[in-house]
Amino acid sequence: MSNIVGYACIVIGLVFDIFGCIGLIRLPDVYNRLQATTKCVTLGTCSILIGTLCIKGFTGAGTKAFLCSIFLILTAPVAAHALARGAHISGVKLWGSSVCDKYHQDKEHKQK
Amino acid sequence: MNRKKTNYVSWFLGAALLCGVLWVVTRYSLPSLLEWQSPFLSRCFFVLMVCFGLCLIRLLRGPTPADRAVAVDTLGILIVGFCAILSIPTGRDWYLDIAIAWALQSFIGALALAKYLEGRGFDE
Amino acid sequence: MKNKIVLFLVGYVVWILLSWPLDRAHAYVGVVVVGLVAFLTGDLFTRRPHHFLHVTRYLWFGCYVPLFLWECLKANIDVALRVLSPHLPINPGIVKVKTTLKSDTALTFLANSITLTPGTLCVDIDQKEGVLYIHWIDVRSSEVEKATQLIVERFEKPLKKIFE
Repeated sequence: MSNIVGYACIVIGLVFDIFGCIGLIRLPDVYNRLQATTKCVTLGTCSILIGTLCIKGFTGAGTKAFLCSIFLILTAPVAAHALARGAHISGVKLWGSSVCDKYHQDKEHKQK
Repeated sequence: MNRKKTNYVSWFLGAALLCGVLWVVTRYSLPSLLEWQSPFLSRCFFVLMVCFGLCLIRLLRGPTPADRAVAVDTLGILIVGFCAILSIPTGRDWYLDIAIAWALQSFIGALALAKYLEGRGFDE
Repeated sequence: MKNKIVLFLVGYVVWILLSWPLDRAHAYVGVVVVGLVAFLTGDLFTRRPHHFLHVTRYLWFGCYVPLFLWECLKANIDVALRVLSPHLPINPGIVKVKTTLKSDTALTFLANSITLTPGTLCVDIDQKEGVLYIHWIDVRSSEVEKATQLIVERFEKPLKKIFE
């Protein structure tokens, strides 16, 4: 039973991983790509790790998988935030038909 | 109107290509280096390989350094899942140790890349 | 001293989980290693260790986790649908929202939850003015108040109870 649940989790995780990678290819600029990969790939990988926990049971390997998934959930958004900030500071423009860029406006305002 | 049409055509071509690749990968369990007992997990393994391929395309094509950094970060997270899948059929629990270590180093690597990107902009 | 003890307890739990089928040797080595780490870096971990003693904070954390997971799942399905649709229905932009949270931990958790919820990604935090800059994949309103109401308010209440 727990094997079946674990395999189901792994399949869901793989599907979300693939969606995230398609997003990485299809979306137009860095920030949108970052959105797709942070959400889909993080949750997909966490789902794979939870599947591993279900299959292995509460043994040494299972607890390690659980810790690893918690660690990923905590750190992946921080890495994404740092990358987005770095990209914006290094001067990557938003996609052409974006609506607004308050961050850019405020930075210019501060420099004046 | 015309633009929308080409949009559909390229979407359809891309979807067909991806579905074809996934079909080939999951239809035949390709011969693998490890003689695994579980054909299901070997297929999962090759589906993850397709994900790696998509990331590598972005890594090669990315117009700005930031795109490449994002692709590298994504690859790092994918490898964690890869290690977790490897640990099930082989029964070697130390693959999960590798997964934890890789998650740490990929996080630190992403922070270092972000710092590098920030440094590039200071040109006043 | 207190925050060193808190770090010791947290680190020891992580150590036990890492070396799971716990035997005596691992327990002793864990005391030494975690003690050393807590002694060296205890001051960096938390500034207000008395917060770890309040039971209501843990209860609110228990309420917050299901909310977070549900939003996370919604975010994934949302992004997957956007990516797969042939029209690519995105309408991106960077908006500015205000928050009333002050402490570091609360802001970090707020930024993390914003990043993992539908269509939003935190780009920068200005702690002095309590302002977050957020990349929104589908901008519904570029005004500060409206965006704050749409993005931040879901999380602010439980996070305030937990960390402030």
